[in-house]
Amino acid sequence: MTRVLELDGITKRFGAVTANEDVSLHLDRGEIVALLGENGAGKTTLMSILFGHYTADEGTVKVEGAELPPGKSRAAIKAGVGMVHQHFALAPNLTVLDNVMTGTESLWKLRSDRRAGRKRLVELSERFGLKVDPDARVSDLSVGECQRVEILKALYNDARILILDEPTAVLTAQEAEGLFATLKDMAAKGLSLIFISHKLGEVMSASDRVVVLRRGKVVAERRTAETSKEELAELMVGRAVKRPERPPATPGAVLLEAVDLSLGGRGGASLKSVNFRLHANETLGVIGVSGNGQTTLAGVVSGLHAPDAGALLVEGQEVTRFDVPHAIASGIGRIPEDRNAEGSIGDMATWENAVLERIWSPEFSKGGVVKRGAARAETQAIIDTYDVRGASIDGRIRLLSGGNMQKLILGRVLNAGPKILVAAQPSRGLDEGAIAGVHERLLEARGRGAGVLLISEDLDEVMALSDRICAIVNGRLSPAIPAEKANSQLLGLMMAGDWSAAEKIEGDNAL
Amino acid sequence: MSTLLDILSSIGMWEAVLRIATPLIFGTLGVLLCERVGVLNLGIEGIMTFGAMVGWLTVYSGGDLWTGMLAAAAAGALFGLLHALMTVPLGLSQHVTGLGITLFASSLSYYIFRLAVPTASSPPTVEPFRPIEIPGLSDIPFVGQVLFSQTPPTYLALALVVLLAWGLYRTPLGLALRMTGENPHAADAQGIDPILLRIGAIMGGSALMAMGGAFLTLAAFNSFFPTMVQGRGWICVALVVFASWKPARALLGALLFAFFDAFQLRLQTVVDGVPYQLFLMLPYLLSILALILMARRARVPQALMQPYRRGER
Repeated sequence: MTRVLELDGITKRFGAVTANEDVSLHLDRGEIVALLGENGAGKTTLMSILFGHYTADEGTVKVEGAELPPGKSRAAIKAGVGMVHQHFALAPNLTVLDNVMTGTESLWKLRSDRRAGRKRLVELSERFGLKVDPDARVSDLSVGECQRVEILKALYNDARILILDEPTAVLTAQEAEGLFATLKDMAAKGLSLIFISHKLGEVMSASDRVVVLRRGKVVAERRTAETSKEELAELMVGRAVKRPERPPATPGAVLLEAVDLSLGGRGGASLKSVNFRLHANETLGVIGVSGNGQTTLAGVVSGLHAPDAGALLVEGQEVTRFDVPHAIASGIGRIPEDRNAEGSIGDMATWENAVLERIWSPEFSKGGVVKRGAARAETQAIIDTYDVRGASIDGRIRLLSGGNMQKLILGRVLNAGPKILVAAQPSRGLDEGAIAGVHERLLEARGRGAGVLLISEDLDEVMALSDRICAIVNGRLSPAIPAEKANSQLLGLMMAGDWSAAEKIEGDNAL
Repeated sequence: MSTLLDILSSIGMWEAVLRIATPLIFGTLGVLLCERVGVLNLGIEGIMTFGAMVGWLTVYSGGDLWTGMLAAAAAGALFGLLHALMTVPLGLSQHVTGLGITLFASSLSYYIFRLAVPTASSPPTVEPFRPIEIPGLSDIPFVGQVLFSQTPPTYLALALVVLLAWGLYRTPLGLALRMTGENPHAADAQGIDPILLRIGAIMGGSALMAMGGAFLTLAAFNSFFPTMVQGRGWICVALVVFASWKPARALLGALLFAFFDAFQLRLQTVVDGVPYQLFLMLPYLLSILALILMARRARVPQALMQPYRRGER
């Protein structure tokens, strides 16, 4: 085993905050190491130091025995370290080849050798199975393809050590699987990899060794083969975390009913003749691979799009006006899929974000004037009740971590006491502790009599929270099966479009 | 109708188009270079005025014409540096800084002009660039007569279009510049210093703007007066949008505007009974129309007007 990378005694402080404290870690050739930790544990800071984005206060980084000068990403690139950022560092208006070639030639050359660049890119993409069109504009690529471009960028720079910062945060479950297959293949071909993650499942399945980081310190190191999800979860959070159990509940009256709901084109994927019923005191889980129409479904129910055909009935009343204010007024609460783009306005204050959805209700405004006192009181109540850490009433919401922003959004929705709750990918990108919190709140809403429409691509989540589960495939909704009859194999079949078993089960359990 | 055809088929008209377009080409390329790295430079109107003044003053005090152009470029680059320092490392508002520079540079031009010639009532003139006929080529009927009997700065402007297009699209430096304007974080991650590139490009762009100004005094009007730029700078800012940030289309835009301008000048003399101000409006109106038609498909540099700070998203 050759040691290719060694971090020794790294300490980094930002003012009074210590992001990394005496962190040491190493990487051998051909090895995949997972750097596991909750959001804010200091994983990204550590990797930014390694890559020369930050300068460490103490400690050294050695690549293949040679010490890297601090604070120089150029030096890190030259030494063979490649970084795949969580937020892609790509220019959408430029082509794949442009993005890959930037900065790889001497800037003073009078002519860029694009032919050689293209050849090299194609070779690399074939060798590592990272298929992508060199001349495609990056804005036309899917998220998964963008990530391939990021990896290719690193490989093009002769990276022998690859660092991936939360590589699956923006990927669909399928894309993530494909990615890890690629990573394993790369390790087999002699590359060495570190990936940052807070997802136990992928750490267990894809890594050789796990380094657990908590509050900036290395708390444990395990060979993956010799540990378990449970142990890692406890090491990561510092205490045993348990996702809440779903108590049995008796469904009440039908709150929401879709009858042959169809919508083509708009809002992403289309919907084709979708039927479902959501009862009071019930969670209906909709599982599916991203891009199969679940975003559109959530959009229709929450008033963003009007269907082309079919009807949506809220408590037996047909919805005639599809807009957000009407949806909210009829008791529908929403947890949007993308909390940064749709769930919040980053540069506005926490209190503004907390009440904007209901700003016209007499509770928060009168005669066109905002009742700031009431709005701020409500915000403080949400922050206290839902334990939104790091939030101040007047602070910009952008500064909150994903988990805390989600808590605020949950609080905002649940405080309005919705009868129907649309929760789209509610725990995407959150760490273990935060997920448990979100699940608890969703179960609480159901316990209080709300109907919860849970849209998710996480099998564990859907099985843990739902009373009935259906799959969405290509805009069509499968029959719903009771959660007791669900297992990952059956749900997998349903997600793949094979509904024969599900139809039989639904027939036996008609509601 | 026949007068229209007479205008359109006269060599003088088309010569004028190129002449009128020249300062616009310089200015548009200048704005384009700045915006391609992500920085709006509204200092252009003032920088052009200052370039006009410096060019004129250099020649007036005994320098030769090319020294005048060069001095103007250097002065423009200095104002570019000022704009760059405020907008790039300090990340101040690009609008406010640019307008401030326009006000500052315009006033300073007049001040220096008045120091140089305190008393003269009519602005003193200099011996300007003369048209140079390129042997052989200028004898080609019509096209040759129009294209190849211009002043040297016009040839330079046309050459710069090719040079900038090549530079931006065919060289590694050009790719790095474009990347800086699209996503400075990505540039930084590839080991390119976006701050340095931005400062350099703004200085270069501002030098071009000042040369456009110097063309006015050294090849068009032969003397300096403070209001001579007359909104050409603003037109350049609009032309860059019209051009979708592409040098070849910038040339096209400048020519189009110059065509309308030359055309309306000649219309004024042949059409009676219409206030001449209406004709003056023509190029601006048509430019707005063209802008509306073209700009909808434009690909704006994604990081335009976004200051870059390391480690911040």
